[in-house]
Amino acid sequence: MHNSDFRSLESGLDALDTRHTEGKKHLGTLVLKALSPLIAVVGLIVIWQLSIKIFSIESYILPTPLDVAHAIEQQWRLGNLQEAVFRSFLRGIEGFLLAIVIATPVGIILGLNKYARTVFGPILLGLQQLPSVAWVPAAIIWFGLSPATIYAVILLGSVPSIANGLISGIDQIPPIYLKLATVLRANRWQKIRHIVLPAAWTGYLAGLEQGWAFAWRSLMAAELIAISPALGLGIGQLLDVGRQLGDMSLVIASIFMIMLIGVLVEKVFFSPIRNRTLRKRGLL
Amino acid sequence: MSSAVQIDSVFKRFSNNESWVLEDLNLEVKQGEFISLVGASGCGKSTLLNLIAGLDKSSQGRIEVSSQPTLMFQESALLPWLSAGKNVELPILFKGANKADREARAKELLASVNLESSYNKRPHELSGGMKQRVAIARALAQDSNILLMDEPFAALDAITRDLLHEEIIRIWQENNLTVIFVTHNVREAVRLGQRVLLMSSRPGRFVKEWHVDIQEPRRIDSPEIAIMAREITDDLRSEIRRHADA
Repeated sequence: MHNSDFRSLESGLDALDTRHTEGKKHLGTLVLKALSPLIAVVGLIVIWQLSIKIFSIESYILPTPLDVAHAIEQQWRLGNLQEAVFRSFLRGIEGFLLAIVIATPVGIILGLNKYARTVFGPILLGLQQLPSVAWVPAAIIWFGLSPATIYAVILLGSVPSIANGLISGIDQIPPIYLKLATVLRANRWQKIRHIVLPAAWTGYLAGLEQGWAFAWRSLMAAELIAISPALGLGIGQLLDVGRQLGDMSLVIASIFMIMLIGVLVEKVFFSPIRNRTLRKRGLL
Repeated sequence: MSSAVQIDSVFKRFSNNESWVLEDLNLEVKQGEFISLVGASGCGKSTLLNLIAGLDKSSQGRIEVSSQPTLMFQESALLPWLSAGKNVELPILFKGANKADREARAKELLASVNLESSYNKRPHELSGGMKQRVAIARALAQDSNILLMDEPFAALDAITRDLLHEEIIRIWQENNLTVIFVTHNVREAVRLGQRVLLMSSRPGRFVKEWHVDIQEPRRIDSPEIAIMAREITDDLRSEIRRHADA
């Protein structure tokens, strides 16, 4: 066959075989997708309000949505809300970042070294099973009512999830990629950097998401129990103030803030990263 | 001509109480030769390629290669998190070349398989044939003289496979490569190889050899290839039949 004939045949076949990727989604679809969860939230608030009316529930047991909104507004005006949200969020992020720094090498070593896994794997699994709130009393004894207590509890909650996510990501790497690393003569470091870590990324990301959720929960548990002027005001402490004052509106408002921040971090941070990864790899 | 791959009395088994997977293999592959290896399932074709590629060690005997071989699989094994271009760059990156050199070389290699416009495409955006051409470009990026191919076109449709046959012959000739091509498709073996080796199964042994004196350009549907393929198929079938009573 003539060479240019061959080239044009090949190009024709490529054009026929190539999948066309979808264009950008319509703006309307995106807005609808963003607003849909609000429908459920509004519905929940309506049911909440109605139940109070129908069953005539006292406000010290369950305040109305408006009472809670009022409590949020009041705390905002006092500056407590900003302070508590800022401090808790910062602590959560700091603890989480520190957890990533510790968990990542642990995950890589246990993911790649079968012997290390046999030795340390069960301990890591045990730590993951343990609710990190169980560490609060011990941490208080070790570190007193100091920020170290709070970070220790966050790390104990978050590190095992991140490390285990990375380990399962490494376990699920298709063997052909590891074989490829050998065929292409990658050295050990190149193999980890360019094959193992990117291939394990989806599992690692799932571990990070779970690690954040655990970090956030652990932080709230620690703040709720470890209360001292030295620790300042976090959302957990705000919640405890509500309990002590018998101010149910403040209690509900604090719970609401804890949930809101958790959802926001997932939606604003993790969800876009995950979607981008899946789209790039043709998994979405 | 000097030899590219020299196999001397090679035996292979995966554990000591098992029978041989490969038994007493002897083969000399000359520099620039194109060898087709055919055999039924379980003949150890892939095991042999792994030994030549250095992914595994023989239990007995010696394998000598003139340079470090590269290996292509049935799957393209393109990394899904990298673009086609970055996949081709990978072996060059592992050698420590800088970014500009890597890109220039990858673009040149993609152009040589008629995929210069796919540099930024992701593997999932490419067809099966295009993926295998990217994999060929990546193998060439290793600058190895010996290309081992483990049923690389088995999963492709007939039209695409025909095109890739032409492609691989052209690349073999232009780059002066030594190719060992494993397949269970006898016609493909005859279409491509200068020599076709038939392997028996359990244990894997070389049982017969044919020289294919058909001029390029060959066509898979030509009568000469059909006649030769028929003869080889008959031998392959009698090899398989031996296992009926076992």
